[in-house]
Amino acid sequence: MKIVNGLYYTQDHEWVKLEGNAALVGITDFAAHALGSIVFVELPEVDAEIEAEENFGTIESVKAASDMLMPVTGKVIAVNEDLENDPSLVNSDPYENWICKIEIANKADLDELMNAEEYEAFCKEEA
Amino acid sequence: MVKYDQLIFEISKEGRKGYAFPGCKVDNVNLDEMIPSALRRGTEIILPEVSEPQLVRHYTQVSMKNFGVDTGFYPLGSCTMKYNPKINEDMASLPKFSALHPHQEERTVQGALELMHNLSGMLSEIGGMDAFSLQPAAGAQGELAGLMIIKAYHEKRGDFKRTKIIVPDSAHGTNPASAHIAGFDVVEIKSTKDGAIDIENLKAALNDEIAGLMLTNPSTLGLFEKNIVEIAKLVHEAGGQLYYDGANLNAIMGQTRPGDMGFDVVHYNLHKTFTTPHGGGGPGSGPVGVKKHLEPFLPKPVVTKVGDTFTLDNNRPDSIGRLKSFNGNFGILVRAYTYILTMGAEGLSRVSEMAVLNANYIQEKLKAHYTLPVDTICKHEFVLAGLKNELSTCSTLDVAKRLLDHGYHPPTIYFPLIVPNAIMIEPTETESLETLDAFIDVMIQISKEADENPELLKNAPTTTVIRRVDEVMAARSPILKWEKQ
Amino acid sequence: MRFPYIPNTKQDEEKMLKVLGLDSVDRLFDDIPESIKLGRRLNLDVPRSESEVSKMVKHLANKNLSTEELVCFRGAGAYDHAIPSVVHHLISRSEFYTAYTPYQPEISQGTLQAIFEYQTMIANITGMDVANASMYDGASATAEAAMLASANQKGDTILISETVNPEIREVVKTYMRFYNVKVVEVPSKDGLTDMDALRELASADTVGVIIQTPNFFGNIEDCTEAVEIAHENKALFIMNVDPISLGLLKTPGEYGADIAVGEGQVLGNSLNFGGPYLGFMTSSTKQMRKLPGRIVGQTVDLDGKRAFTLTLQAREQHIRREKATSNICSNQALNALAATIYMGLLGKEGMAEVAEQSATKAYYAKQELIKTGKFRSVYDAPFFREFVLETDIDIEDLNKQLADKGFLGGYNLGKDYPSDKNRVLFCVTEKRTKDEIDCLVKAMEEITW
Repeated sequence: MKIVNGLYYTQDHEWVKLEGNAALVGITDFAAHALGSIVFVELPEVDAEIEAEENFGTIESVKAASDMLMPVTGKVIAVNEDLENDPSLVNSDPYENWICKIEIANKADLDELMNAEEYEAFCKEEA
Repeated sequence: MVKYDQLIFEISKEGRKGYAFPGCKVDNVNLDEMIPSALRRGTEIILPEVSEPQLVRHYTQVSMKNFGVDTGFYPLGSCTMKYNPKINEDMASLPKFSALHPHQEERTVQGALELMHNLSGMLSEIGGMDAFSLQPAAGAQGELAGLMIIKAYHEKRGDFKRTKIIVPDSAHGTNPASAHIAGFDVVEIKSTKDGAIDIENLKAALNDEIAGLMLTNPSTLGLFEKNIVEIAKLVHEAGGQLYYDGANLNAIMGQTRPGDMGFDVVHYNLHKTFTTPHGGGGPGSGPVGVKKHLEPFLPKPVVTKVGDTFTLDNNRPDSIGRLKSFNGNFGILVRAYTYILTMGAEGLSRVSEMAVLNANYIQEKLKAHYTLPVDTICKHEFVLAGLKNELSTCSTLDVAKRLLDHGYHPPTIYFPLIVPNAIMIEPTETESLETLDAFIDVMIQISKEADENPELLKNAPTTTVIRRVDEVMAARSPILKWEKQ
Repeated sequence: MRFPYIPNTKQDEEKMLKVLGLDSVDRLFDDIPESIKLGRRLNLDVPRSESEVSKMVKHLANKNLSTEELVCFRGAGAYDHAIPSVVHHLISRSEFYTAYTPYQPEISQGTLQAIFEYQTMIANITGMDVANASMYDGASATAEAAMLASANQKGDTILISETVNPEIREVVKTYMRFYNVKVVEVPSKDGLTDMDALRELASADTVGVIIQTPNFFGNIEDCTEAVEIAHENKALFIMNVDPISLGLLKTPGEYGADIAVGEGQVLGNSLNFGGPYLGFMTSSTKQMRKLPGRIVGQTVDLDGKRAFTLTLQAREQHIRREKATSNICSNQALNALAATIYMGLLGKEGMAEVAEQSATKAYYAKQELIKTGKFRSVYDAPFFREFVLETDIDIEDLNKQLADKGFLGGYNLGKDYPSDKNRVLFCVTEKRTKDEIDCLVKAMEEITW
């Protein structure tokens, strides 16, 4: 299982990567493996303002569907449209293939999330 | 099975006709003047053009790629795949039933209404309930009706706090989905290891926000919920209602009744217990029955008898309303009625006895070869937790697929969710001892093959018209209709 | 006692009990607490032979008068179209009707291929992108469309035209009441949806706009404006359509509808006193993954051979549980098969012809009935298969007299619309011959009151 240093992680297996004032949001390798072959990613709408822990999309495999929960409150400024044509990108590299780009409302919210080390320990416990 | 693989569109040829209409003979109407072109279809209708014999051969060939109860043993747990008596079909096809218009005046359909009235009475007696509506079109709709009735009941009492329904984690996915559609929040409670309600968990979940509890009995593990009397008492004391999912009714007819167990509302699946055909996925019928206090809330219409006349009662101010058009799936009701008349009281009791005996017999014979999580007398079905050999590289899915090569429809697999690698077997009463023995032999053989030659299972099936399908491809880039090349 | 559907003999039973180490079948039920054991015989009749049962059921059937005896001029949601003989023969193949939902694709290619053909035909006839495998009926399909809109669009209100069949409106209201969504009826004007009123009522709170065409009165709705109004308010436009009419009329696809639903009984299914019928449900590609119910897709097997399978299952209740937006499981597969066979047999010319003949004969019947002097036209709008007439005769009495003369007369609109007392909805399908229409007209001339 791959975990990337320098990202912020949620208990719901999403990650956040800071890029200046904006941030990329995706799902972790752990989540992608648990789902299996991903067949569809429902992306949020650009400009949508989404609260932390609110549902921002759905990710589906053949036999499972999982809601994605927003790690921190923010506004969607871009979505990864490549996933519409090829959802399997998430399986091939879940950290490279982000789901959406957001403008974070309050950076202090990131403190609530786990770092790579904490997330690794969390996953071990989950498994 | 045949290897015919053309679609009806692929045998089409311009100019062929499969059906001739009589001449119109009305020549003083010009439709072009009557219906302006702005309201007309502007695109071509893409439909096949085939002759009648071609079409008949096409669908005959297509049908032969199917496996039905008439083809072979179909031990699909929780689905009650029993034999569908042929007289049922004949009775439903009588023109004086099949050619009745739903809006006919009641005086011209007294026989149909009498049948519905009689059937309601029989279903009430079988379940120990007071009244039935035959409206729901399927089990899931019956279940939805039951939950709406519970909600309407609480609201009528002025109690708007009860917004939650308790569903055990062993339940079928329809239960929580129906609860959601009926506007409830779902409280899931963990079952005990043997699939029963955990009384302590139940107590902890009960409060004045709970509208009711959804339950099947026997449970989805095929085991009788022994604490049902206490469960009913607890739920009722907390002000909740008890809802019975009739999926497993085939185990208990003539032995005990949901009404006597304390259930307030039930739904049956006529296509399971009462031999109406599954049709490849419907039509079914899901009558909903209630105790007296819930009768005003039944969906419309309810058949009642006034003097010597049968009537469709639509004047029910507290009713949850209509769930579909007209009077329920009447054609299915005729089949179920025919079946109950045929079996009578003694027959229905015998049905449950033999369904339970058959299930226990297979369970006993297979438990040395597959993991049996709860080793006790089961009811009409039982659940195995995969192959006994925990180190086997073969999965439950592989076992199921290998059964196809042996000419059997596989059991239900990976359900209920609380049993890992679940294999749920329901033989029904309409199978002979010879069939059960042959199936048992094959299941044992497969468990041996899993050890000796696992590839046989992993590559299975190889004898069917197609092999395992690529489900990922189907869902990733969906092709949901045929397109002209 | 022997039962023909139960193969176990006394010897079989003993043998099996021995394997279980039990002395009686009763031991199998020892886990049921004594206090709730029935302890008596069910209060039902005794078992009967096939010939006895047949007589008993036929005795009930014979108390009915069916559309085989009464020439049917009634519709209002269920229609007496001709059903080709092959339909019954083919759906009576037990490989089709004794199978379960096609969960095991390897041995269910028959059902799966038939549903794939059905989805193709329904998508083509409605002009929509995709169709699901069927719903319970047209009314519940409309309610499911309203739920889809409510679950996915922002807002809390469904707008439904007053010209939609009253039973369909009732069903939508039942579902929406419990789903906590408001249903507002859009008034009608001259037998058509009042578009000005619709524009007035539509707002950001609207999640869906539902219009039926041909509507309950048989009148053909022009939906051009309604689509615009729905989309301006970010609501889904939901059309309830009659599939026979689409042999002739502008399709939901041509209008730009988001969802199209309807009653499929007309496609080769018997009247059956109201069921089983089938609903159909179609959508644009955009809504595809939100559709309820089963959907069949084409794929390949391990050898690369074309195969069909249930797909997009992540939408469904067995995966989403309480997050699913529909609870539908099995629905009306065998009725959908009948519809497939019907559309396949009629083909593109037949589907156009059945529509044209129904409309032509309906226009003829309307003009001839008016000529009797006993009826007045109510609406001027173009119609299809059904039309409304006004009369001074009490309609219940009229229909009673017609029944004595061998006709099932029109539907009494006063039952649903108090202001429509003395209005009657006649229906004429392609199955009615010119002679039958002329006889009805003649019978009307003889009616007394």
